[in-house]
Amino acid sequence: MIQLDNLTKVFDTPKGAVVAADHISMDVPSGEICILLGPSGCGKTTTLKMINRIVKPTSGKVFINGEDTTGMNTQDLRRNIGYVIQQIGLFPNMTIEENITVVPKLLGWNKARYKERARELMAMISMEPDAFLKRFPSELSGGQQQRIGVARALAADPPVMLMDEPFGAIDPINRAVIQDEFLKMQQELKKTIMFVSHDIDEAIKMGDRVAIFREGKLVQHSAPDDLLAAPKNAFVESFLGEDRALKRLNLVKVKDVVSDEIATVKPGDTLETALARIDDYGYQNAILMVNDQRQPVGLITRAKARTTKGYCRDHFENVPATVTLEDDLRKVASLMFSQDATWLPCVDDDGRVCGQITQRAMTHHLGSRFRAREAAARNPDSTVEE
Amino acid sequence: MPIQSLNGALRALLLVAIFFAGVWSQSSGVIEDFLWYLPDVQYLAVQHLWLTAISGGLAILVAIPLGVVLSRPSMARWAESLMQVLNVGTTIPTLAVLALSMSFLGIGTVPAVFGLFVATLLPITRNTYAGLKGVDPALMEAAAGIGMSATQRLLRVELPNALYVIFAGMRTALTINVGTVPLAFLIGAGGLGELIFTGIDLYDPVMMLSGAIPTALLAIVVDALIATVAFLVVPRGVNPARA
Repeated sequence: MIQLDNLTKVFDTPKGAVVAADHISMDVPSGEICILLGPSGCGKTTTLKMINRIVKPTSGKVFINGEDTTGMNTQDLRRNIGYVIQQIGLFPNMTIEENITVVPKLLGWNKARYKERARELMAMISMEPDAFLKRFPSELSGGQQQRIGVARALAADPPVMLMDEPFGAIDPINRAVIQDEFLKMQQELKKTIMFVSHDIDEAIKMGDRVAIFREGKLVQHSAPDDLLAAPKNAFVESFLGEDRALKRLNLVKVKDVVSDEIATVKPGDTLETALARIDDYGYQNAILMVNDQRQPVGLITRAKARTTKGYCRDHFENVPATVTLEDDLRKVASLMFSQDATWLPCVDDDGRVCGQITQRAMTHHLGSRFRAREAAARNPDSTVEE
Repeated sequence: MPIQSLNGALRALLLVAIFFAGVWSQSSGVIEDFLWYLPDVQYLAVQHLWLTAISGGLAILVAIPLGVVLSRPSMARWAESLMQVLNVGTTIPTLAVLALSMSFLGIGTVPAVFGLFVATLLPITRNTYAGLKGVDPALMEAAAGIGMSATQRLLRVELPNALYVIFAGMRTALTINVGTVPLAFLIGAGGLGELIFTGIDLYDPVMMLSGAIPTALLAIVVDALIATVAFLVVPRGVNPARA
């Protein structure tokens, strides 16, 4: 959808020519978010701004939807690209409604249509239209202002959006909320988005693909998981940080790692049965007790089962925590650490046990990519199995 | 409570003082002396306002476009030096400007209007330029980024956001203009200066004050008038008075 072909920008400064972007070539497929990531001064913002010609390219071409934009009228080009900047840039002299409808008005929509669109957008960013449309930007909080900034960019429903550190100036709590809201919107809208960030966590969270820049060059362009598992060189590796394996926890869902083999006991079973089952399955500490709907209700510890006689229903302990299939491994790891557990039961939408997730399975899953890469490095001819 | 009663006492004292001042001026005949000049004041005040309106109006018509032109990016190379020239211009005393314009244009209304025009032009140009240059660059980038043309950016973003500063310039300039018009009498253009300067020459304080007090009142009225227009015209979101 967005295609950059050898895009180059050379700035003439008193100290000589500075190459801000050096033959950048990349593709962003339709409906994906591509994060441009790198330290400051690496050329990510320059690259972004060359797409809507806020920065005029020295050479190279930008294709949008297969069409070369070089010959297009700058204003027409920009009106069909949503643009969100870090400083938000809402027009303080205009009401929220006027701000949102600027582009539709420029495109010559009639009044009924753009007014309707403003209400639609407010609903989309979950802000009450009647409460906000007639207010001025200065009367809104930073987070609210940037929601309006996003709404303004979406107003004319452009297929492509450029976002320059859009959530950078918002406090961390609000930022996480807005990121989640935005991702939810994106699932429906399927815009093609270029997004500049300097925050590796944001990149991993938001990006379908991440492009890492350094000194005007595109170093690596791949999916976040590939990036973390297989950084191309020492720079990327150091930029991602030493805890990059932990960062992958965000990207892996429980359903990728869960093992559906889990033994359980019923409240009516005896502790002997429980002990036998614990030994059969080789569990170290405990076994899960479920009710007739297979919902977890308790835990029978091995120590208790060995030393006591009776029924499970009289001797169980509380289940420390459960996880769902859609949770990410970061949450799982956090729960395991806080509960001092090596495994957690996994439940489906109805709260029924559908498997378990163990620390071992997690480390194995995360490590497999690294091992595969090392194996490939040792023996480049062999096919890599993951 | 004590503060309120003190306030009340002061207010009562003030009323008493005003009353006795009235009694004194009535008994000594000062009020009658002033009223004797009333027809003159009326005639000259209208002349005074005309001078302000024409010179100020022309100045606004020229200064705002000039400020806009100077603030364009293509003028960036010249703008700062031109603004310096204008700043130096501001330091020349108005009396000197009037004298100069008299030497070229002779005596009467035309040189007076021209001199006042020059004196009023500078503050408005300077504020227009500063106001437009002071618009947040992020706003300009956002405006460009969503596809506004240069003219649309100027009319919909730059001018509305600079308007408060521009109005502040007009307010200063026109208030000074009203206060400067009396000097125009010296080159034969009339106005309330006629009473002021003649009063000074004749050692007639009543005559002088009958020119000076209306001049001061006119300046206050003009100031208030422009403040009101600014209050109504400057968009609510960028108007500190309506925040």
